[in-house]
Amino acid sequence: MDFGYSLSKSSTMKIENLENSKFKALAKLEPDATKCIGCGCCTASCSAGVFADMSLRQILLSLQRDCQDKYLPMLQNCMLCGKCMLVCPRGINTRHLILSICKIYGIEQ
Amino acid sequence: MAENIIIIGGGPCGLEAAKTLRDLGYAPIILEKKQELGGHLRKWDRLFPEGVQAKQVLKELTSGLKGIEWHTSVDIETIEKSRKGYTVTLSTGVSYNSPALLLTNGFKLFPAEKKEEYGYGIYDKVITNADLEQYFAKGKDNVIKKPKTIGFVHCVGSRDEKVGNRQCSKVCCATAVKQACEMKELFPDATIYSFYMDLRLFGRNYEDMYLTAQKKYGIRYIRGRVSEVSEDIDGSLIVKAEDTLLCKPLRLKIDLLVLMTGIVPENSSASLAQQLNIELGEDGFYKPKDTILEPCMAENNGLFMAGACTGPKTIPETLSEARAAAVQIHNYLNKSWISGIL
Ligand SMILES: Cc1cc2nc3c(=O)[nH]c(=O)nc-3n(C[C@H](O)[C@H](O)[C@H](O)COP(=O)(O)OP(=O)(O)OC[C@H]3O[C@@H](n4cnc5c(N)ncnc54)[C@H](O)[C@@H]3O)c2cc1C
Ligand code: SF4
Ligand code: SF4
Ligand code: SF4
Repeated sequence: MDFGYSLSKSSTMKIENLENSKFKALAKLEPDATKCIGCGCCTASCSAGVFADMSLRQILLSLQRDCQDKYLPMLQNCMLCGKCMLVCPRGINTRHLILSICKIYGIEQ
Repeated sequence: MAENIIIIGGGPCGLEAAKTLRDLGYAPIILEKKQELGGHLRKWDRLFPEGVQAKQVLKELTSGLKGIEWHTSVDIETIEKSRKGYTVTLSTGVSYNSPALLLTNGFKLFPAEKKEEYGYGIYDKVITNADLEQYFAKGKDNVIKKPKTIGFVHCVGSRDEKVGNRQCSKVCCATAVKQACEMKELFPDATIYSFYMDLRLFGRNYEDMYLTAQKKYGIRYIRGRVSEVSEDIDGSLIVKAEDTLLCKPLRLKIDLLVLMTGIVPENSSASLAQQLNIELGEDGFYKPKDTILEPCMAENNGLFMAGACTGPKTIPETLSEARAAAVQIHNYLNKSWISGIL
């Protein structure tokens, strides 16, 4: 029988078993990693964002949800200019945070 | 003879507390530093959620003051505590005694020019919620001339560690929703955007205001904090934010930007706290004895506090606290007299 569709893999997130040891390590290295309120200021003012996809907000959230594979490559676009640090209302040390992410998640800058 | 009770601050809170104390048989003395009574209520045009005229509420609060002594334009020099209570001395040399003291010195509006990246005081077309209330009240303004695109910016000077204020000011989300609807009434052709991080519409009927703003007035709510504002060559403004729900940075050209400045501690709170030897919270507002059980009482005997001086509050909340503080002062004095402390 053909109903014209097939069973496909569920697209819902499973967050019951978040394996977050890496995020914990990140939060240890840079405690500000847990302070984000998702306001989007960093993304809105990002110097790289004009040319390419770069959203620190999305990266941080993806790390917390352990679904970072799709998001981490954006870090390649970061110029470490520190503009996001100037606008972050939570006063997050974004430069150190970005460098810490690179270190823990093994990304070469 | 009726006992004096000194109240510092003649805003909505001080006025309501004075009336309750008078009705309980005391002789309240309001000391107000400004030229007029009424506090911040004088600055507002219509009040959320129903749009009641602020003038009407102000009139209600400032009339029927029989039995209440009040002094405006006062400058408090010293406050001394003795076994008998408090002595407040003004810069003119006049002093007042009372067995209990009530602090109702309210709040200060966040000075928007401190948030430089929003350009208040630099770009003409950036105004504050307080400026807009003045415009509503007066009906004219040099800057507001048939704007086609209007932006509202939430959390200006609130929820922002960069300016040293982590607290939410509580009243500005409701104010923004109210003002956006009022602007649409005045300028039906304008497109109105509201940039928010969270919409904190906590009070009864506040959510209905939001629904009306969406349904009736078509206000466009964008979830993202404005990161910076600049001026274009033609004098219009360029606003940067991220639409965090769509995950896209955006730039918007607009004709008028309204900043929702928030509630910060009144300047005099720090010096009054020092004189009275009481603590301020990390946020700079007075710290009550117990935030749940005794929100209107200080650690010190005979010292009470109510209204926006202990944190952001709406007017009905402020008035309830004013009445509560008055009753607590009454109970405190009764107990003290019975036990012979005073
Ligand atoms: C933009 C905005 C819009 C608002 N709109 C609404 C609304 O629509 N509806 C609503 O319910 N609430 C609204 N509010 C909240 C409302 O303004 C407050 O709840 C109310 O003003 C608090 O009253 P208060 O008496 O505690 O403080 P205040 O109104 O600040 O009054 C304090 C008084 O104390 C005086 N004072 C200060 N220091 C001293 C001193 N050292 N000596 C003597 N006197 C002193 C001040 O001059 C002032 O008169 C709004 C607030 C803001 C910021
Ligand atoms: S430091 Fe990187 S993420 Fe931050 S604004 Fe600069 S380019 Fe963007
Ligand atoms: S600016 Fe700061 S708080 Fe806002 S999304 Fe970026 S990192 Fe998070
Ligand atoms: S009430 Fe709304 S606008 Fe005001 S500080 Fe809180 S979240 Fe921001």
